[in-house]
Amino acid sequence: MVTIHIDNQSYQVEAGANLLQACLSLGLDLPYFCWHPALGAVGACRQCAVKQFKDENDSRGRIVMACLTPAQEGLRISIADPEAHAFRAGVIEFLMENHPHDCPVCDEGGECHLQDMTVMTGHVHRRYRFAKRTFRNQYLGPFLNHEMNRCITCYRCVRFYRDYAGGRDLNAMASHNHVYFGRIEDGVLENEFSGNLAEVCPTGVFTDKTFKAHYTRKWDLQTAPSICVHCGVGCNTLPGERYGTLRRIQNRYHHEVNGYFLCDRGRYGHGFVNSEKRLRQPLLRTEGSETVAPVSPTEALAHLAALCAGPTVIGIGSPRASVEANFALQKLVGPERFFNGMSASDAGLTRLILDILTRRPVRSPSLHDMEQADAVLVLGEDVTNTAPRIALSLRQAVRRAALEIAGARHVPLWHDGAVRDAAQSAKSPLFVATHSATRLDDVAAETWHAAPDDLARLGFAVAHVLNPDAPEVPGLDAETAALAGRIALSLSAAGRPLVVSGTGCGSPAVIRAAANVAMALGRTGQPAELCLVAPECNSFGAALLGGEGIDAALLALERGEAETAIVLENDLYRRADRAAIDRALQAAKHLVVIDHLGHATAAQAELVLPAATFAESSGTLVSSEGRAQRFFKVFAGNGEARESWRWLEEAQRAAGRGNGFDGLDDVIAACAAAHPKLQGIAHAAPSAKFRLLGEKIPRQPHRYSGRTAMLGGINPDWSVAILPLPHTTPHGLQPVADRSPLGRAGEGRGEGVPLIDTSAKGNVPHPNPSPARGRGANERPQINIHEQKPPNDPDTPLAFSMEGYGGAAPAALIPVYWAPSWNSVQALNRFQDEVGGPLRGGDPGVRLIEPGADWIWFSEIPAAFQRRADEWLIVPLYHIFGSEELSPQAPAVAERCPRPYLAMNPADADALGLKAGDQADLRLPEGALRLPVELRGDIAPGMAGLPAGLEGTAGIGLPGWGKIDRETRP
Amino acid sequence: MNAILNSLRTMGLIFLHAFRKRATILYPEKKPYIPPRWRGRIVLTRDPDGGERCVACYLCAVACPVDCIALQATEDGQGRRYPEFFRINFSRCIFCGYCEEACPTYAIQLTPDFEMCEYDRRALVYEKEDLLIAGPGKHPGYNFYRVAGLAIAGKDKGEAENEAPPVDVRGLMP
Ligand code: SF4
Ligand code: SF4
Ligand code: SF4
Ligand code: SF4
Ligand code: FES
Repeated sequence: MVTIHIDNQSYQVEAGANLLQACLSLGLDLPYFCWHPALGAVGACRQCAVKQFKDENDSRGRIVMACLTPAQEGLRISIADPEAHAFRAGVIEFLMENHPHDCPVCDEGGECHLQDMTVMTGHVHRRYRFAKRTFRNQYLGPFLNHEMNRCITCYRCVRFYRDYAGGRDLNAMASHNHVYFGRIEDGVLENEFSGNLAEVCPTGVFTDKTFKAHYTRKWDLQTAPSICVHCGVGCNTLPGERYGTLRRIQNRYHHEVNGYFLCDRGRYGHGFVNSEKRLRQPLLRTEGSETVAPVSPTEALAHLAALCAGPTVIGIGSPRASVEANFALQKLVGPERFFNGMSASDAGLTRLILDILTRRPVRSPSLHDMEQADAVLVLGEDVTNTAPRIALSLRQAVRRAALEIAGARHVPLWHDGAVRDAAQSAKSPLFVATHSATRLDDVAAETWHAAPDDLARLGFAVAHVLNPDAPEVPGLDAETAALAGRIALSLSAAGRPLVVSGTGCGSPAVIRAAANVAMALGRTGQPAELCLVAPECNSFGAALLGGEGIDAALLALERGEAETAIVLENDLYRRADRAAIDRALQAAKHLVVIDHLGHATAAQAELVLPAATFAESSGTLVSSEGRAQRFFKVFAGNGEARESWRWLEEAQRAAGRGNGFDGLDDVIAACAAAHPKLQGIAHAAPSAKFRLLGEKIPRQPHRYSGRTAMLGGINPDWSVAILPLPHTTPHGLQPVADRSPLGRAGEGRGEGVPLIDTSAKGNVPHPNPSPARGRGANERPQINIHEQKPPNDPDTPLAFSMEGYGGAAPAALIPVYWAPSWNSVQALNRFQDEVGGPLRGGDPGVRLIEPGADWIWFSEIPAAFQRRADEWLIVPLYHIFGSEELSPQAPAVAERCPRPYLAMNPADADALGLKAGDQADLRLPEGALRLPVELRGDIAPGMAGLPAGLEGTAGIGLPGWGKIDRETRP
Repeated sequence: MNAILNSLRTMGLIFLHAFRKRATILYPEKKPYIPPRWRGRIVLTRDPDGGERCVACYLCAVACPVDCIALQATEDGQGRRYPEFFRINFSRCIFCGYCEEACPTYAIQLTPDFEMCEYDRRALVYEKEDLLIAGPGKHPGYNFYRVAGLAIAGKDKGEAENEAPPVDVRGLMP
């Protein structure tokens, strides 16, 4: 700690800290653009100027950039100094010379860092009178809008996209005041993290395109802390709602988990919440009828209660439903008849992973921990496509070596430009051993593509080199042995090695091998880090409740051991063989499905109950780090959709066996009591009773607008409020409203002022689209303009209101980042003790999993992969857009999803006489598929890749053996 | 005695008032003069080209102290923003004029019309078609899109007022 003097006040700050960061951490308002806590400083914008003085007698001082100045003992600066202030205002004035007059139509408006900084510097009047420079925009794909006129050349975008996220197709182009940030030519931005540009760019150049389609200002969004449901990483998100539809998702900072960034699947995959396929009402199939009919919740519950009273009811839970929903189902059917809803393979792998992480001496790292690793082995997991945010962290881990070199030369680590100069292209070792190429290969020291069994053998071999006690791999070939030696050498030389694996290649052997490597790296009392990626957002939560996978449930139904199945937020057809499911559902007498979207399983149900999505309910998810995190209802939802656990509890009440679950806290308490391993979930966030100064925390910003008019429209269902109105083209005139007083516009009022031009009146038919939009009360009988009481929320300490405690909320409950003078996402600085550090009061969530001490080696080493003469090993290829169930429901994500294909080694394809693009017939135990062939050199001979989880490939158990033929014409 | 005289005098003066010119008018048969800047019924105006002026920026809504303006932004295919719906609940409006002051496009204007009584409160909820008038109101010449940098149908990049033609990014000239 050193003492620095800012405007003659003394402060204690960390020695060598970035002065700008220190000022912001102290709560001082100092404008800046190019510095970013995760990207460091380059001094590109010259906005953070302060005056530095030699000592207390120096009255002249000199202007320095705070973001390039290390804090030293006795440093004396002034932010308020008139010259420094004028300098900063001047910089803004320069930036504004060419800035378009766009704020009203700019999506950044109201949360624009440039607006904030302009106001902060006091620049108000445009003096520059020459023409403004303009740019043409580019089409950048479905995720981002581009409006280059608004650029202030801070370089944050390319520094994030290229330097941080490893993208290649965005760059700074041209020179002097023509510098242009975009692609060489129009086209989709390739990087999986491109959406972060909307938050990284301090202006409206890059904005969220999907948000633009139903744009709302930040001050009008109702928001609540949430958790991403699109993979097992558990990134923290801030979804925003308006008029009953979910409008966007922004990053919610969590120092240990996602930090400042989300992946594009998480940011853009929320469209299913607004989907047309949403179930909004209970549906019941009456005896003997083919179709279902909507029924009231009471009828639906009575029906469910009657079914539950019948013999043997089984419950099929879901790894994408909350812990609470799964627990409520388990409570209803009893633990013996509860199945966790995962595919047979996932259930087994998840159980194995949990066993490793809780019993073996290995620690599941957070993303932040992974970024500190200085040597990484990725074994069998294509993280970019299965747990995308991890890939971004691994890219940062690769930079450890660069930071070490810079540190050794006494370059401050926040001085990004200098660090990159000092370290050049130095990289920490990252080894990627997977069954096909991954997007991390470009920063890997070595990559190796082989069959899952060979990957496992490599892992076992590495473990054996690291620790001779670990079992030796029999019959290891020289090439693999040499590679294992190199990997072992790098890992053992590292101060903080990391092993990453997961369920991605569907092989328990790979996971065991990864566990052996991690154990071999660990020391007593100092377990090594092993990240095992779980397939879904609550795989661990569902698995910790116990129960078998789906195969067991299907068997029970098929054998007639159960009559009724209640399926919770799960489409069985994505998780098992179609024929097996058909057989089981045929055998089942009654099928009840609780879910938010209609799907193949729901289509067969006798009773369908509409479930609230993550945005309309509150609950807990357990990430693959083992962190239990609470997500909160963002809005009350439309129609009859309600939390799954509420349906289940109400059904039990209707049957007279309620559990007394009145609110979420009751479910959590019961769950924690029943499952000691889940005890921690109660502490994931404050309970519903939590109050600050006796008040709840408002979900709506204090400037939330339209409160007395949004319900004044057609009907209390807010979503109906946005019925489209016919629009005027700029050229064609629209009819004028001729409320009667207007007809007398001239009389008695300021004569001669042409207030209202009534010339068009009467010539154009009135475009009244709906009977609700007539004029006068008689034509709008159904309007109710009485404001409704805000919906009650018994489950959380948050309120559906703009009223409540306006001060700082605990980290788990922060609904929006805003502070006086800071309207943009940068307001986050005000919620951290040290900018870039943990949230004030500690980051939310509770780790449920800690290392065990059973130092037992896994010794089930598989034999080396042997290709078969007429069969191929079909391995799953994951796609960030497409392999997950819910995100493709969002139109923008759907645009990025691939169509099913078959990836083959060129030599294999050649042998079959197949060329790229030819149709091939793939015959699997589950059935046959006709697919276009893609030639991929990274797929080993004897193997073929099939995209996982797409429409048409979901439900196929991979890896598995299959036959491939040239298209046989029928 | 004095008091009696005073009273009589007062009565006399009041009696004389009966012959003075009348200050009240026979409303509604006769209309009073209302200055053009009077803050009465709110309208949405059009720009000189006849296009809807409102760009759905939400500034009037956020400025409104009683929160009686609700709208939803949308866009035509060519970059022009407009409100998909625009609703003012006049049973809440206090005619403060903050919306007009906040409006960056002169779209929303208060007019000298105060005669909007209704027997039914519900009739005081005005939708866009009730608000939109055919002319530019108090600001005849202003067209936001002529100064804004956004390209819309009929106005490409570089064609706004005070704009240089778009930069050729591939050009090598200094
Ligand atoms: S980037 Fe900011 S300052 Fe520029 S037009 Fe958009 S909102 Fe206004
Ligand atoms: S596009 Fe945005 S982030 Fe990139 S340089 Fe311009 S203002 Fe900065
Ligand atoms: S990495 Fe996973 S949890 Fe994080 S945003 Fe992406 S899909 Fe969501
Ligand atoms: S302030 Fe003006 S332009 Fe903006 S939404 Fe209101 S009326 Fe439209
Ligand atoms: S923030 Fe310091 S120069 Fe940009």
